[in-house]
Amino acid sequence: MDSPLGIAKSPTGIEGFDDLTLGGVPSGRPTLVCGSAGCGKTLFATTFLVHGARDYGEPGVFVTFEERPVDIVANVASLGFDVSGLIDRDLLAMEHIAIDPSEMAEIGDFDLEGIFLRLELAIDAIGAKRVVLDTIESLFSAFTNQGVLRAEIRRLFDWLKDKGMTTVITAERGDGTLTRQGLEEYVSDCVILLDHRVHNQISTRRMRIVKYRGTAHGTNEYPFLIDRDGFSVLPVSSLGLDHKVFEERVPSGVADLDAMLVGGGFHRGSSILVSGVAGSGKSSLSASFVHAAAARGERAIYFSFEEAPGQIVRNMSSIGLDFKPYVDSGLIRFISARPTFYSLEMHLALMLREVQKFDPQLVVLDPISAFMESGGQLEVQSMLLRMVDFLKTRGVSSMFTHLMHGQESGMATDVGLSSLMDGWILMLNREANGEFNRELYLLKARGMAHSNQVREFVMSSSGIRLLPPYLGETGALTGSARRFEEAKTRRAEVARLADVERNKAMIETRRRKAKAQIEALQAELDADDLELDMVSKAATEYLRQAATDAHEMDVSRSGGDRSRLK
Amino acid sequence: MTETSSPKKLILYVAGQTPKSLAAIANLRKITEEHMAGQYEVEVIDLRQNPRLAKEHSIVAIPTLVRELPVPIRKIIGDLSDVEKVLVALKVQDE
Repeated sequence: MDSPLGIAKSPTGIEGFDDLTLGGVPSGRPTLVCGSAGCGKTLFATTFLVHGARDYGEPGVFVTFEERPVDIVANVASLGFDVSGLIDRDLLAMEHIAIDPSEMAEIGDFDLEGIFLRLELAIDAIGAKRVVLDTIESLFSAFTNQGVLRAEIRRLFDWLKDKGMTTVITAERGDGTLTRQGLEEYVSDCVILLDHRVHNQISTRRMRIVKYRGTAHGTNEYPFLIDRDGFSVLPVSSLGLDHKVFEERVPSGVADLDAMLVGGGFHRGSSILVSGVAGSGKSSLSASFVHAAAARGERAIYFSFEEAPGQIVRNMSSIGLDFKPYVDSGLIRFISARPTFYSLEMHLALMLREVQKFDPQLVVLDPISAFMESGGQLEVQSMLLRMVDFLKTRGVSSMFTHLMHGQESGMATDVGLSSLMDGWILMLNREANGEFNRELYLLKARGMAHSNQVREFVMSSSGIRLLPPYLGETGALTGSARRFEEAKTRRAEVARLADVERNKAMIETRRRKAKAQIEALQAELDADDLELDMVSKAATEYLRQAATDAHEMDVSRSGGDRSRLK
Repeated sequence: MTETSSPKKLILYVAGQTPKSLAAIANLRKITEEHMAGQYEVEVIDLRQNPRLAKEHSIVAIPTLVRELPVPIRKIIGDLSDVEKVLVALKVQDE
């Protein structure tokens, strides 16, 4: 870990710390770790030593002045440190220097050559490169001759430096000074301060590098964490606006919502704020995003600050989202923590760490408004800003739900978050005609055209649907009003159709009647024609007969005898 | 180390031939000879020769004079330059 111009450094293996110090603690020199009781000094030292022995090929000697070696072994076993195993393999040695002042008298001049001898023996036995002195200050209560003690401690540090030991010395924080006994005077290379603060009944551990000679280092206070993974420092301040930008769209799992965005969904790496009043479906919408991500084979983390993982999984099955297979296969992680469990910094730090470890493509924070109880607005805003920056730098899409307390003044979120967000989905729950109906609309979607409609948000066992609004004479309607209005329209349509049918039938009847009349008249006409024909025929016959008769008459008159002759 | 034979045993732990060690050895010799002849048998252990014993007997300061018996164990650190104090420290239990 040599940097070209700076001093050589030895990695501590403490997550975050090595990044912060650009390599670790100074090699072959003493580092002082000070802090009040219970702030994790011993753990820091142990982690440094165990990682050195296990991962960096640097055996170490743990010199304990307080706790018994068995206790230390047991304490760190819970963190997965197999100290006994390392001792068996000669990678680690424990040296317990216990002094009982009651059985001891001081007469005359003395020195602490015993410690040197024991230390030298232990160092040589395993070829140690690292040494921990925890907590050397307890010697001050054992000896009355402080002058000798100080000289000896100074000599010890020099001696360790001469031997090239990378040493971590722990010390109690003093009143107004870094250490009770002023040990910082003897350690000029690197001083680290651990702090354990309680604010609003929430404790936060913080670390600060007070001094680190010959190297650049972060000077802020950084939260650190002691949990089952050991000691980790979480540098959260060093984030900027160096975001990854994607053209790719990410489907939300709600087809109707994607359809509202021209292009089909939000951009990958977007930060989306979902705000709404209680029970407006914020979590369900977020869960739908998560489910869709997992269905595409992406990883997602759902941070819940109100519900337990099991409860979310159960509740979401009611809208047809089955999370169990994805949780089992490790695509989705649900992480639940009450806001009051940790301070804001710690929450942020923990979330960043989870994101780093799990490397998801989507992160949900549900709801961010829960933090308002545990911190001031500015703090919450700065924390979320860093979260958003962090996620965007990694190209992770994110959803933040925000509980609004009233929807009339709902355009401004408590935390003034909207400017951080690329997308803002507003969810309302409106009362009308004796019922509440959920509504959703897109308030903002950076970089894409989107629908301006208020959609009705309907959750059923087959998922989430966004119904287009009913735009009638009385305005946009939802819920029963919409259904009633739709039914009314349907009924009117039925009536209209019936009317048409009736009219059609009536006309048809009239037509048939007319036709019948036409037929009757035609029949009369035919009869008349016939009669006329007969009349004219009769007339012709008469005329012919008359003519015949007249002829005959003529004939009889002129040759009348002819006929009579016959 | 812990003999229960009648001359009780005092062990003086030193480290090399430092002035403090030499002074302690000389002072102890003088005290035992002048003030409690025959009561104590003195053994000097040079931890530089045998540093393992420092851990075994949890020696921190040099020089250290240890009286293991009678219990409780007594340790006197320093060059034993103050005779009266050494006597008090060793005898306090006997009275």
